[in-house]
Amino acid sequence: MTTESLNSSSRGKKWLWFHRFGSPAWVYGFASRWAMPIGVVALLLFVVGLYQGLVVAPPDYQMGDSYRIIFIHVPSAWLSMFSYFVMAVSAGIGLVWHIKVSDLVARSVAPLGAMFTFCALVTGSLWGKPTWGTYWVWDARLTSELVLLFLFIGYIALSNAIEDRRTASRASAVLALVGLINLPIIHFSVEWWNTLHQGATVTKLGRPSIDTRMLIPLLIMFFAFNFYFLSAMLYRLRCELLSQERRTQWVREIVND
Amino acid sequence: MTEFFHMGGYAFFVWTSYAVVAVLFTYQFLSSRSQHKKLIRQLGAEVEHKIRRSNKS
Repeated sequence: MTTESLNSSSRGKKWLWFHRFGSPAWVYGFASRWAMPIGVVALLLFVVGLYQGLVVAPPDYQMGDSYRIIFIHVPSAWLSMFSYFVMAVSAGIGLVWHIKVSDLVARSVAPLGAMFTFCALVTGSLWGKPTWGTYWVWDARLTSELVLLFLFIGYIALSNAIEDRRTASRASAVLALVGLINLPIIHFSVEWWNTLHQGATVTKLGRPSIDTRMLIPLLIMFFAFNFYFLSAMLYRLRCELLSQERRTQWVREIVND
Repeated sequence: MTEFFHMGGYAFFVWTSYAVVAVLFTYQFLSSRSQHKKLIRQLGAEVEHKIRRSNKS
């Protein structure tokens, strides 16, 4: 055997695991195996994070106990942007390479993203009232986050409005990709414009300007939210795969068990 | 304990935020699981229907 053929065969093997992600049946099995354990990890992290955040962490010297909203506000806001990114990228991959699973990932992430965005807006509003004296201002950060909610809703509406699944996913993928421009706008809005919303606290270079006893519950809640997202996405993906592939043999075998 | 629920006077804002997130997260999670069960049942019935029809003909 020549070295060249050895190389190509090992390269083929290396790519084998990656191609499985394009197989609906394999992805369904993967989601069924991992959705529950990941959900359990999320639940445990939520219990610890809530206890740390609501009981152990001290009140803020300026905002008192109202600052405790941070433990759900910041992770929601992060996930609102992260899920948009995941949605747009997988919709884009589906658009370019016609990978069905990729389209379905985008479809299952969209309602979650809308939910996280809604949570970020509501918790932010409930934090704004005692801190800024108002539930809402048309400030750059808040407005761009509201636009994100409309992008999610628009994506969901568009992908459900068109009867033909391929046309629907193509049209909504274009919308998702165009909407990507909103992500840097949200992130840098607090620097580009004069806003009521404060700048970055945790991701700031150098020392984060937050007490360790407050940072720890924030980090735990951050991981709890991310695990929740992953588990919820896998559960949703299972449904999308089943209904999309209902005519195939592997689905028939599963439903007959 | 009452102090804990009082949240230094911010009880309404803190507990409403936590309640909104908790309700939405729980509802979302449970609904996608029950949707999965419903799909399995529905698709199973469809397949059975087809098998019975093909047996008749």
